[in-house]
Amino acid sequence: MSTFARRTGTASRLALGTALAALALLGAAPAVLAETPADTLVIANGIDDLISLDPAQAFEFSGLDQINNIYETLVEIDPATLQPVPGLAESWTVSEDGQTFTFKIRQGRVFASGNPVTAKDAAFSIQRAVRLNQSPAFILTQFGLTPENVEQTVTAPDDQTLVLKLDRPYAPTFVTNALTAEVGSVVDMQTVMEHVEGEDFGNAWLSVNSAGSGPYMLRAWKPNESVILEANPNFDRPVPLKRVFVRHVVEPATQRLLLENGDVDIARNIAPTDIDAIEAGPNTHMQTELRGQIYYLSGNQKNEILAKPQVMEAIKYLIDYEGMANTIVKGTNQVHQSFLPQGFLGAITDKPYAQNVEKAKQLLAEAGYPQGFAIEILIRNEQERIDIAQALQGALAQGGIQASIRQTTGAEALSIFRARNHQLTLQTWGPDYPDPNTNASVFAANADNTDEGQLTGNLAWRNAYPATETTPMVAEAVVEKDEAKRRALYEEMQRISQKSSPFAIMFQRSEPAGIRDGVEGFKAGGAVSSAFYWTVTKGGAAAQ
Amino acid sequence: MTVPGPSPAEIAPPGAPGGGLAFPRILRRSATTFGTLLVTLFGLLLATFLIARVVPIDPVLAIVGDRATQAQYEAARVALGLGRPLWEQFIAYAGDVLTGDFGRSTLTSRPVLQDVAGAFPATLELATLATLLGVLVGIPAGVVGATHQGRWPDQLIRVVGLLGYSVPVFWLGLVALLVFYGQLGWTAGPGRLDTAFELSYEFDVTPYTGSILLDSALSGAWDVFGNALSHLVLPACVLGYFSLAYIARMTRSFMLEQLGQEYVTAARVKGVSEARVVWVHALGNAAVPLITVVALSYATLLEGSVLTETIFAWPGIGLYVTNALFAGDFNAVLGGTFVVGVAFILLNFLSDLLYRIVDPRAR
Amino acid sequence: MTSLAPEKTDLRAWLNSDTPRSRGHARAIALWGALSDLARNPLTVFGALLILALLLTAAFAPLIATHAPDAQNLAGRLQPPGWNGHLLGTDELGRDIFSRIVHGSRVTLSVVAIVALTAPLFGLLIGTVAGTLGGWTDRVLMRFTDIVLAFPRLVLALAFVAARGPSIENAVIAIALTAWPPYARVARAEALTVRRSDYIAAARLGGASTPRIILFHVVPMCLSSVIVRVTLDMAGIILTAAGLGFLGLGAQPPLAEWGAMISSGRQFLLTNPWVATIPGIAILLVSLGFNLLGDGLRDVLDPRSARR
Repeated sequence: MSTFARRTGTASRLALGTALAALALLGAAPAVLAETPADTLVIANGIDDLISLDPAQAFEFSGLDQINNIYETLVEIDPATLQPVPGLAESWTVSEDGQTFTFKIRQGRVFASGNPVTAKDAAFSIQRAVRLNQSPAFILTQFGLTPENVEQTVTAPDDQTLVLKLDRPYAPTFVTNALTAEVGSVVDMQTVMEHVEGEDFGNAWLSVNSAGSGPYMLRAWKPNESVILEANPNFDRPVPLKRVFVRHVVEPATQRLLLENGDVDIARNIAPTDIDAIEAGPNTHMQTELRGQIYYLSGNQKNEILAKPQVMEAIKYLIDYEGMANTIVKGTNQVHQSFLPQGFLGAITDKPYAQNVEKAKQLLAEAGYPQGFAIEILIRNEQERIDIAQALQGALAQGGIQASIRQTTGAEALSIFRARNHQLTLQTWGPDYPDPNTNASVFAANADNTDEGQLTGNLAWRNAYPATETTPMVAEAVVEKDEAKRRALYEEMQRISQKSSPFAIMFQRSEPAGIRDGVEGFKAGGAVSSAFYWTVTKGGAAAQ
Repeated sequence: MTVPGPSPAEIAPPGAPGGGLAFPRILRRSATTFGTLLVTLFGLLLATFLIARVVPIDPVLAIVGDRATQAQYEAARVALGLGRPLWEQFIAYAGDVLTGDFGRSTLTSRPVLQDVAGAFPATLELATLATLLGVLVGIPAGVVGATHQGRWPDQLIRVVGLLGYSVPVFWLGLVALLVFYGQLGWTAGPGRLDTAFELSYEFDVTPYTGSILLDSALSGAWDVFGNALSHLVLPACVLGYFSLAYIARMTRSFMLEQLGQEYVTAARVKGVSEARVVWVHALGNAAVPLITVVALSYATLLEGSVLTETIFAWPGIGLYVTNALFAGDFNAVLGGTFVVGVAFILLNFLSDLLYRIVDPRAR
Repeated sequence: MTSLAPEKTDLRAWLNSDTPRSRGHARAIALWGALSDLARNPLTVFGALLILALLLTAAFAPLIATHAPDAQNLAGRLQPPGWNGHLLGTDELGRDIFSRIVHGSRVTLSVVAIVALTAPLFGLLIGTVAGTLGGWTDRVLMRFTDIVLAFPRLVLALAFVAARGPSIENAVIAIALTAWPPYARVARAEALTVRRSDYIAAARLGGASTPRIILFHVVPMCLSSVIVRVTLDMAGIILTAAGLGFLGLGAQPPLAEWGAMISSGRQFLLTNPWVATIPGIAILLVSLGFNLLGDGLRDVLDPRSARR
């Protein structure tokens, strides 16, 4: 018998059942008033991007959201301030030469399994991530850690001490910021080792199970269906809600229905047109948080038309930033024109571009295209992008540019983009760790612009943009120890990039979440982190 | 000029793979039946494999994602076994399938068989209830249509039935959800269970079959059963409408044929009641070809309806295969399609067996 | 004017004659008989009128439409029907929904036309060849047909579109690729009954080659049942095309395709329901038209459901 639900309102649900002879034969459904259990947080979210819950592998939004609540890192993001604070490491020191970081692991912390958290677990976790070398591994390997040297560079001389030896002196905040990323999660070595298959470091097992010390543990993950988390009794802070149930729902309209009917507490994909209604709803309200993703339109510099600097500039002047922000993406994006999202060190809020058709036409004439030209915009098959692309199509047409839209699956759009075979493409980019280098290194640095360079993970390379001026600045900024100087460098890079790069940066995403009244403390993670479930309380179910 | 009457094989539903009735002719030769099945299955496997490999969606990118370096990309490609020649890949794959190993899905990090074992029962529940609706409402409607040919009940049933053929299912689903769940609150919403019951299903119910209805009934968790049913009603009605329309149409056609036969006249002359003539004699004989019609419509629904499943957040096989296809998840596409194909072929085989049992002429 | 009336009566008499004087006359009588049977059923007439309306709309789309189908107006987006001269309101980019529906009829019509011409022809070819030749040819072709049949249709269509890139042309080919097997079965069944008939034997004795026999003697006998089937399938084709459009694999934006219009309108279903509802009704009406017409056609041509 279920202890989770109340039975009421039988009559209304029975009505349809009795209306259908076939169902009457089956015995009509006993009905239940939709209300979420008091000790469970129910979230509607599109989680079909989730492919693994192994912190060394997961790199998708919904995977990181879960991992942020299952595991802890040496340095954490404080949910209240969104600033880095000591996590499993209570303190750290940096050697004179700036290359050796020594972390002191907090004492008395215990994994969900009951095993104590030690420096050996932390060393194992970092070594494991580097050796598995999955997508997020670069966050660690950018400091010179390699599968070959990681045994020597990451060591645990005793249970309370972790030593990291880097290849160069880096800005200390750069290193600690990077360690807040989910790939730096500390896993329970003993538990993971019990489930190793061949050379996989327990990857197959950890993809669908958990072994962490965070507020929750993974109870079940049914792909494209749900994730269920259960509170970890060994966590050292109070976790008000015993369970988290993340339900996979794609349609924003469906999410709104579920929210309004009380079937979910939080709906994380709300369409712009539904925001007002939810805000005005008797039992619901909206909570909008600025996130880290950037929307941009970029032009491949291998295309001879787009390679003319005036052409990209003209395009920047043709885009109707405000028009889109006030209509099709209202509430889900706000105008933002630099590559660092607000919330990052050095992010600037300059908006040098607004729609100016005359100026654009003049620039196009200078470039030798007074009548415009025909061009293709590559997008992935997703409603918001289709809408934006069509609005762009309309805006570019005002300057005489006939843009056609090529819509493909996400994977195909990505492979075209990575092979530098696109013309214009509408894309988003989300930061990987809360340090400005995460975006600067892909938008403003290009170490080798040749096809042979194959820097396929780098946006400047994908657009064949050499970034001659900013590449050395990016390298300088990662070793700059003075925070003010570091900030100034990033600000300058963004201004150069705004002017001369082939990136027309348009928006920074905001996440409008629909929330039931009485549900408080939810944080989507801002620009720098992932969602925090464990801070949520529900009216009536106060913290124990 | 006389127009040759269409054989039953051509009266398959629009949008459904038709022509199931040609099967019996082949399957009647029982000696070759099994061989034929095997050849079809092998062909299905080969076709699925080739299609999955020809699709230019890069399976590697789906795993390594946006940020991957070229080295990581290459490593993942080798790990997937994509470096080898095509025929070598197929032999390795076919060998694995023979031992029941469909490989691991790259999208869910789990064995494909496990994924399919979760998704298929969801589709099975939906398809079964929809077909049940189609049979229980469609057959009586068809009989009434035939007995009132040309009069208003016939016209009404015809229009309602044709509407079922004509309505875009994804649109009907959206509207139905809005009205019956959003506005009226008569049914439960999208998904298979309310959260509360999802949890009690997770904790209190033993997953014998993967079908929530069956498992909860077997475990005696009747509240879970009821909730699952109230979630099932709406999508099943939407899908059931289509099969209802089809079954009613076919029933009417078969009944008209039977009612025109001499034995019907003879029975009437002997004084057998009209109800008995219609519902026992004529329907009894019409039931023989109807079996194939119902099996066909059931098989079509078992393929999973990606559109209905999308609208109702129903984690069925149609949605699973479609998602896998978009991400280039070969193993999942192959496994899902193969299982569906096998179900389709087996269902045809079973309906043929039944046909032979019911129809003395076919023995 | 008056002189026309007797002529009409003459024509009618000629068409209703019991004694055909030529082969052409006989055909005209049969056709007229079928047409008047069709006209007797008001539902069939209604269906025919819907299709006629579709044809006229498609033919005169630019004249009927009140706005350019792609003209955007972000400031006037998502307005209700009747707003500022927009008969059926505006969509998410402020485009006139009425004009998009009108222009969309061309897309729908061309999809239906192309599929209705290709898939049945291919099916007819496979079916008649298999049925006429029999033996191994039959076995191989039918096994192939079975395999395609056992394949989930939408998966096949999706795979094809995914391979070739989404576009309305590829969607059409994909639908045609999945739609032919039922026709092959129908045609084969017909061919099996025809191939043993005397006139085929006569033609063979007369020295006709096998391709000639198939093309001129077997195919015509299968045509009528295939045609009925095609009419009934039209609605299915429209719905599949709309489904592909709904999944983003059909027509590319900003082309006005009804399925894609529903897909982009569904996000406003709760606040601006007409955006998704109107194209839904358009699809419903057109496929209902084809179904009513096809159903009436079958009643006339299928002796089993003929009036007692």
